[in-house]
Amino acid sequence: MRPATLPRAAAEHRVLVVDAERGAGETTSALELPALLRAGDLVVLNDAATLPASLEGRTAGGEAIELRLVGALSGPAESVRFKVALLGRGDHRTRTEDRPPPPKVAIGETLRLGDELVAVVLGVATFSARLVDVELRAVEGDGADATWAALYRRGRPVQYAHVPRVLALWDVQNAWTGRPWAVEMPSAGRALRIATLVALRRRGVEVAFVTHAAGLSSTGDAEIDARLPLAERFEVGEAVVRAVLRAKARGGRVLAVGTSVVRALESAARLSGEGPLRAASGVTELLLGPTTTRMIVDGLLTGVHEPETTHFALLGAFAERAVLDAALVTTEREGLLGHELGDAWLVWGTGATGVVAASDPRARCASSTCAASATVAA
Amino acid sequence: MDTMEIRNKGVVVTGASRGLGLELARALVREGARVVMVARNARDLDDAVGVVKDDAATSGRGGEAHGLAFDVGDKEAVHRIAGAAAALVGEIEIVVHAASTLGPLPMPLLLDTDCEDFERVLAVNLVGPFRLTKALAGPMVLRQRGLVLFISSDAAVSAYAGWGSYGISKAAQDHLARSLAAELDPVRFLAIDPGEMDTAMHADAMPDADRSTLARPADVAAKIVAILRTVESIPNGSRLGVS
Repeated sequence: MRPATLPRAAAEHRVLVVDAERGAGETTSALELPALLRAGDLVVLNDAATLPASLEGRTAGGEAIELRLVGALSGPAESVRFKVALLGRGDHRTRTEDRPPPPKVAIGETLRLGDELVAVVLGVATFSARLVDVELRAVEGDGADATWAALYRRGRPVQYAHVPRVLALWDVQNAWTGRPWAVEMPSAGRALRIATLVALRRRGVEVAFVTHAAGLSSTGDAEIDARLPLAERFEVGEAVVRAVLRAKARGGRVLAVGTSVVRALESAARLSGEGPLRAASGVTELLLGPTTTRMIVDGLLTGVHEPETTHFALLGAFAERAVLDAALVTTEREGLLGHELGDAWLVWGTGATGVVAASDPRARCASSTCAASATVAA
Repeated sequence: MDTMEIRNKGVVVTGASRGLGLELARALVREGARVVMVARNARDLDDAVGVVKDDAATSGRGGEAHGLAFDVGDKEAVHRIAGAAAALVGEIEIVVHAASTLGPLPMPLLLDTDCEDFERVLAVNLVGPFRLTKALAGPMVLRQRGLVLFISSDAAVSAYAGWGSYGISKAAQDHLARSLAAELDPVRFLAIDPGEMDTAMHADAMPDADRSTLARPADVAAKIVAILRTVESIPNGSRLGVS
């Protein structure tokens, strides 16, 4: 699969519609997305903005090192703490697995990240010396204001070898995002623009959001990469919960824009137990695949990825392998572009396209007390 | 009439180290807002944030003041401001574009204005607010709520010799507010002409003015905050004065 190597406007993105029951269908322009939804459907976005999560610096001994933010950690007021992955000398132009290992760092060591920012090592993971907790501090000025300003001046978006051009923060933000939680862009949103949101709402499609801290897709360390995706912070608020319950009650479908949205909504569903979907926040390690059941999400708009990835495995929760393999053949034939800057699949899971049958558990969700557990797909 | 609650809201104010921007930050913090103050000069900004933090403590309404030293005329600064501001105060529900520049002093006639100076005035007064609004109003569209306020000027409507670059930038900014309102309602966009105030900018533009005839920026800021409270009853995209 050919990877996209440059950020492109939404208008240039293409979408292949894949139906779990009918197979791969038409390829359309991302601008036509609203026409693929019906009045009463719900589109759920991730409002996580992308952090400048790649920070180059030097160890106390002067050796080159790169820190990639993994996720925010809580700490005392005014402190800015992150779990970070360490990478050795070099930059994104070299594949992470081909980079030399980073120098060893010790607890208490201060890593210098340019003139304005330092990272003090607070702890090291048990399974990899390349996964550490740090506190970021501005060299001048105190408090969180100075640290965040220095982090934003020093950091660059995480990017990979197939995109040679250095990306700016502008290149990695979805149009509606506000909360700086993601360390890599929740890239399925590239296919949507503000006009898409406006058109969806005009069509009678609801638009709601979760926040999910989309994590690193690669660190180059076998021990860490085997555990990807790592635990990710998420928040499913009251507004999206109400929107989901409304959509289910009227027989509308829930379309997640990006796997991060699936992970957040399905995590909240599991935390809700037997009762109706409830607002939830915290950290999730939920992995979805062919053997897991979707409780909330009916469809997924997502980038096009290789079959061996965890990303592809998640699609198994929506459609049989044979359907996905056929979609890959169509993808190659149509020349769709892969990876995070690439084109998209709109995958409608089993049972998502047809009219809701009376025997379908979803048909019983006729009030706002509709139980999330009643929406488990057959 | 619905009144907008300002307490606890996340706010970004540009041009916040002096003049009306500073007084708006003070007035909003005294209402209990959590305000991120943006200005180009880090030292001036530090002093201003100190003043506003004192206001926050004195008023006891839970307001907060933060400072981010960035140039709103710099494209690279935009997502740095938006990201750091959200990291500090959470959802940004109000944006106040108060940063602006007159251009070279004394203010030249248009045909005597260097092209680069004209572009710099547009960069700070028009393109800067456009870019920052691109970053900060997107989440407002998602949530279907929020307010973006553009500080305008009499020079946006009336033409005065020497005020060309500035007036043109402000006229365009007024229309930016109207256009955004037409596209993104119910997110609110307003332009407010604060009138002639006793500020450093006014002294730069008209050094011989009789200062006793000029409004105090603190009084104007209080009136603007009163207008913001009633924003739901004001037609979206309006241009208002503060009389």
